[in-house]
Amino acid sequence: MASVTALAGTRYRPISGRPAFVWALLDAMVLARRSILETIRVPELIVFVAIQPIMFVLLFRYVFGGAIQVPGGQYVNFLMPGIFVQTVAFGGVTTGISLAQDMQRGLIDRFRSLPMSSSAVLTGRTVADLARNLFTVVIMLIVGFLVGFRPGGIPFEFLLGILVLMGFSFAFSWISAFVGLMVRSVEAAQSFGFIWIFPLTFASSAFVPVATMPSWLQAFARHNPVSVLADALRGLFHVNPALTAADTRWALIQSVAWILGILLVFIPISVLRYRRTTAR
Amino acid sequence: MVVDHAVHAEGLVKNFGRVRALDGLNLHVDEGSLLALLGPNGAGKTTAVRIFTTLLKPDGGQARVAGFDVVKEPDRIKAHIGLAGQTVAIDEFMTGQENLEMIGRLYHLSGKDAKRRSLELLVQFDLTDAANRSAKTYSGGMRRRLDLAASLVILPPVLFLDEPTTGLDPRSRRQMWGIISTLVAEGSTILLTTQYLEEADELANRIAVVDAGRVIAEGTSDELKQRVGGDRIEVAVARDGDLGRAAEVARRQLSSDVSIDSHQRRLSGPSRDGTRQLASLVREFDAAGIEITDLQLHRPSLDDVFLTLTGRQAEEEKTSEPSRRWARRAS
Ligand SMILES: Nc1ncnc2c1ncn2[C@@H]1O[C@H](COP(=O)(O)OP(=O)(O)O)[C@@H](O)[C@H]1O
Ligand SMILES: [Mg+2]
Repeated sequence: MASVTALAGTRYRPISGRPAFVWALLDAMVLARRSILETIRVPELIVFVAIQPIMFVLLFRYVFGGAIQVPGGQYVNFLMPGIFVQTVAFGGVTTGISLAQDMQRGLIDRFRSLPMSSSAVLTGRTVADLARNLFTVVIMLIVGFLVGFRPGGIPFEFLLGILVLMGFSFAFSWISAFVGLMVRSVEAAQSFGFIWIFPLTFASSAFVPVATMPSWLQAFARHNPVSVLADALRGLFHVNPALTAADTRWALIQSVAWILGILLVFIPISVLRYRRTTAR
Repeated sequence: MVVDHAVHAEGLVKNFGRVRALDGLNLHVDEGSLLALLGPNGAGKTTAVRIFTTLLKPDGGQARVAGFDVVKEPDRIKAHIGLAGQTVAIDEFMTGQENLEMIGRLYHLSGKDAKRRSLELLVQFDLTDAANRSAKTYSGGMRRRLDLAASLVILPPVLFLDEPTTGLDPRSRRQMWGIISTLVAEGSTILLTTQYLEEADELANRIAVVDAGRVIAEGTSDELKQRVGGDRIEVAVARDGDLGRAAEVARRQLSSDVSIDSHQRRLSGPSRDGTRQLASLVREFDAAGIEITDLQLHRPSLDDVFLTLTGRQAEEEKTSEPSRRWARRAS
């Protein structure tokens, strides 16, 4: 039994005199560390982060790989960029789920009562999820390489491809953050989080060439950010001979535009939403 | 800075759609005291706490905390308060120490100070043995203690505790009471909400009874009890024939206002000096050869107070459904 006799402790002074943006960064780092610790410590999350993507690579490679024909190349080379995009898009959903969970558990209320930066909870979480997605992509690259994925081109193009992929991951996390803050319950964040990701990733060029789809679906699939990014990656990795340099450049520009557009909209509305939200 | 009251609210109004959660709430907490906001589920306690801690903006009225306006100076307030909300807000996957250090960092203590302070708190809250275990493994009582510790990281001038013992077993509840009493004894200013009348009675300097978003009674525990008539002494005698003589003794000792229930062979009267009068009554009955079968001092509980207050209100206007349910349970 606690025998609390005296609670008068030392009153430590907060650090003062630092500009707000420095605190926004420092606070975000404290919270990013928290999210990363959680990922490392929860066994189920490791399954989501590492094992599930590996299974996807193997299943698509060996189950669908024989049946799906892609023009002028090997399916594994066509597939890997698509799987990358799909994985980071699904990975983004966890951002919203975690935030909804923090809300339910009253953590967001506590954070909001502290004299900390009001963007830090969101940036900390999205940056941690970005790091986690990068880790997943690295694992998938290794597995992909083992099953025959061979990107061509120069290292700069390869790295640029990964960079854009990470930009996309970050952008999707912010959409997901907004969804999580709006729905406020883990269950709702799960269903609302995935419901729009499924059509987006499967009605796209991620797994099959768009030309094989019915024409009404092609219109959607072609302009879908998932397709645009998958095509940009295929161009940068030189795994689809059908793509010209001009195609690649255009896909890349569209990808970057999507990323910036999403961030420009969802960062401010998510932070605004965060400032007014409370648990029920 | 003029600090009139540590917490001061006037006419607070908050609507959630059609639900009026706060309906002109007035209250104040004196510095160095504990005010219990006592009310049934849905009375508006959490909403009030959220407005004071700047999590929600009021739709009407004014509130100041630690001398700052909740709407105009939320950032100043945040640096002067601690909040332990209705749900335990700790990170399950971090250890107790990591949790406290994180909160310290977010209050903008240096890394070194955040660590020192967390170690200090772990000792004070008897969590040293569990300091390096993930909070997931903590018992309910330990979680509450860690949560309370987290709200004390900067020793805030004003502390808000929203139902700090709800869901705890009696033993852990007693322990929390001990901690909270110590805080008050050491001069903390606390606004505590509770559904437990016993808890308010035990901890509070003053109690504000809140129902349907409004304070319906306010005062010390004793003052509230006075409203339902104060202490009474009840006696039951063994033989019918003794009842009259017993009443005479009681009138002498208590007051002329003694009521007699001859069916039950019971009588009762108001008592100003409870326990001492009990003792002298026993002596007098003994001396007079009156055999008694029961003798008790009935102190009105806050249940009585609440029922008296809302019972009256229920006749005047419609009481909201939650308080009705609660009143039934309390009776
Ligand atoms: N975020 C919210 N949205 C809608 N209604 C709410 C919200 N928070 C509280 N309420 C309603 O306001 C009233 C007061 O709630 P609350 O302050 O939580 O009461 P208490 O803490 O005393 O149980 C209740 O009727 C509750 O349903
Ligand atoms: Mg409440």
